[in-house]
Amino acid sequence: MGSALDVHRLHFAFTVTFHYLFPQLTMGLALLILILKTVHLRTGDDHYNHAARFWAKIFGINFAIGVVTGIPMEFQFGTNWAEFSKSAGGVIGQTLAMEGVFSFFLESSFLGLFLFGEKRLGRLGHWVSAFLVFLGSWMSGYLIVATDAWMQHPVGYRVLPDGQLGLASFWKLLLNPWARGQYAHNMLGAVQTGCFVMAAVGAYYLLAHRDLLFGRTFVRLGVAVGIIAAVLQLMPTGDIQGKLIAEHQPVTLAAMEGLFVSQEGAPLAIVGQPNLDKRRLDNPLQIPNMLSFLTYRKWSAHVRGLDAFPQDQWPDRIELLYFSYHIMVGLGTIFIAVMGFAAILLWRKRLYESRWMLWLLMLCAPMPYIANTAGWMTAELGRQPWLIYGLMRTASGASPRVHAGSAWFTLLGFMGMYTVLSMLWLFLVYREIDHGPEVAVASPVLTETPVLAD
Amino acid sequence: METLWFCIVAVMVAMYVLLDGFDLGAGAIHFLVAKTADERRQALATIGPVWDGNEVWLLAAGGVLYFAFPLLYASGFSGFYLPLMMVLWLLILRGTSIEFRNHIKNGVWILFWDFLFSLSSLLLAVFLGAALGNVVRGVPLDDSHYFFEPLWTNFQFGDNTGILDWYTVLVGVTALAALMMHGSLWVQMKTEGPVARRASSVASWTWWAVLVLTGLLTMISFRVQPQIIANFKTWPIGYALPALAIAGIAGVQFELRRGKELNAVLSSCLYLVGMLTSVVFGVYPMVLPARNPAYSLTITNAKAGDYGLKIGLVWWVIGIALATGYFIYVYRTFAGKVSSTSDSYGHGD
Repeated sequence: MGSALDVHRLHFAFTVTFHYLFPQLTMGLALLILILKTVHLRTGDDHYNHAARFWAKIFGINFAIGVVTGIPMEFQFGTNWAEFSKSAGGVIGQTLAMEGVFSFFLESSFLGLFLFGEKRLGRLGHWVSAFLVFLGSWMSGYLIVATDAWMQHPVGYRVLPDGQLGLASFWKLLLNPWARGQYAHNMLGAVQTGCFVMAAVGAYYLLAHRDLLFGRTFVRLGVAVGIIAAVLQLMPTGDIQGKLIAEHQPVTLAAMEGLFVSQEGAPLAIVGQPNLDKRRLDNPLQIPNMLSFLTYRKWSAHVRGLDAFPQDQWPDRIELLYFSYHIMVGLGTIFIAVMGFAAILLWRKRLYESRWMLWLLMLCAPMPYIANTAGWMTAELGRQPWLIYGLMRTASGASPRVHAGSAWFTLLGFMGMYTVLSMLWLFLVYREIDHGPEVAVASPVLTETPVLAD
Repeated sequence: METLWFCIVAVMVAMYVLLDGFDLGAGAIHFLVAKTADERRQALATIGPVWDGNEVWLLAAGGVLYFAFPLLYASGFSGFYLPLMMVLWLLILRGTSIEFRNHIKNGVWILFWDFLFSLSSLLLAVFLGAALGNVVRGVPLDDSHYFFEPLWTNFQFGDNTGILDWYTVLVGVTALAALMMHGSLWVQMKTEGPVARRASSVASWTWWAVLVLTGLLTMISFRVQPQIIANFKTWPIGYALPALAIAGIAGVQFELRRGKELNAVLSSCLYLVGMLTSVVFGVYPMVLPARNPAYSLTITNAKAGDYGLKIGLVWWVIGIALATGYFIYVYRTFAGKVSSTSDSYGHGD
């Protein structure tokens, strides 16, 4: 079973990691497009509407890949994690089914109208369609986070006579404190992806001396929203998330921080490589007492290290967990710095001429993807060895009859297919950026309502 | 309560088959009804704004199945592991081809995606039919409530079954014929000119195929799954369901001759609903019959806790009422024929 279990884990990790590259931009852009549409609605300035049109094209490509790679996620609960589904389906099936019924119907109905129905709907109607698409995608995000949050911190359930888990309180499941904290943190991450991508495209136009007005708008909006999101990402949402982990998953906190030995006045490791053989951090660069302070707001507080917990409770990929967490936090800090400088330059009206800052913004585009991925890896690796924290171990959740060969076969199939999808995404999005917003404004795709107009 | 959820899942699956059925069918007959690039664009435009919403019924039905009958979800999905993964790949290919074909105005690019769209639609229809066939015939469940079936065995009669064997392939082919008929009626209704004429002729010959295959399959199914006969004997009211199917299939021919296109589509819906509900009625209260009846999954042993089912009913009713509203709005916006000059920008996501 050991090797089959590993393939099932890799299968889910690969498909969900690839999938989430797309919704994070979808959700981030949905907000930014809504802002552009709102400015247009209030000021009547067509420039903002044209800017929204350009981003709607990229949004459409991105959304399509998000949808087709999202379908396998729901299926995999049953196909690869049957024991888990059998046991917990009565609880998390609720949030997953609600996502289908409340979000997917909404999105699929109004996305077409949003992308192609501008003429027919009129200004207000089109704003409403943009709002509904935003609402659908953000609601979808909440229901998925609530599902994950229940696995991190199970609440509102009870054990049924047949040993399976049943729902005991709908509202506890839906308003799980873990879900609220994680959702805020996660959505800010998605907004940052949207902001960095928008600012990067704007910076590219400014550096290439083309589409200058649009370039400025994109940089301005990306930086203005980006700095807010970057700060909120750390405080308070990152902090809230950290406190939840400290309270409910203390062993995860120790592993994330690479704290092997319990101590008072625990230091915060900035870099260093966890060495599990010797149970210490190699080449550490640490800030003394900082971890105690961050966790308990007291410089000398006692923080439990890995040695305080039996080894069978430790996350089983401590090195990967440690690095995921540090990459996430490191990048998050860099984002505050980059967006902070850019915001100051914007405020001093020097951003559009500052070539080094524009270069930096342009090159930063992939970074929030890495940070978001690392963040989710932190959450999911940190939950190990549990599938449902404290209730069911990952080792006992997989499908008993699906052997490693079948799982490898389908994993390789997904890898091949997703490679093609990646290339398509890069190719088509590059084309849209290359055509530029001026072309998007004139393009018949959005100014006419081809299928709807009869 | 569990019977109610059994009916809800059945209704959602039926909605999926009716709605996504016509766009799958339209995909399968894509190259039969559309010969030129313009015609292909026109044919695709008949499903452009709605196909994605239609497909959501599959996801939503899956989600509801998950929380209402977790054991069924776990057992069925892991048992049908390989074919389900292939269905996923086909769904990915199909969604991608509809969405990306219009991004580049190049004949080679568009032809490639159209071909992929048609092939994946056709295979999906066969696979979904075969899946239904597997459920009707029963699967080798044992006392662990799990099974794992090979993709195919020797295609011979007897107990050596596979996901694809003579019976399930027959169901798959019947499903393909039925959805091709359904899809061609839809395309005929939404278009005019040569595309509509060809769709009408496809509808005519697939009608005969559907008639013959349905008759054949019905007789065989009674032997393959004895529960069906038993249920009809216990509750004779159930005969109303196959009667609906017969009325539907007769109605298709009748309305086609009268030239009432919308009525023909509705008759085809009636046929599909009649067939599906007959099957569902026939296997009730089983949700996944086992080859050894003692191990069958039923609504009682597969259901989730009562509290969850009760609370689910509340939000389900609200959610589906909203969804129905969106659908009425979208289909109204999309009413009428797609003109031959219109663009086919694949809507939906």
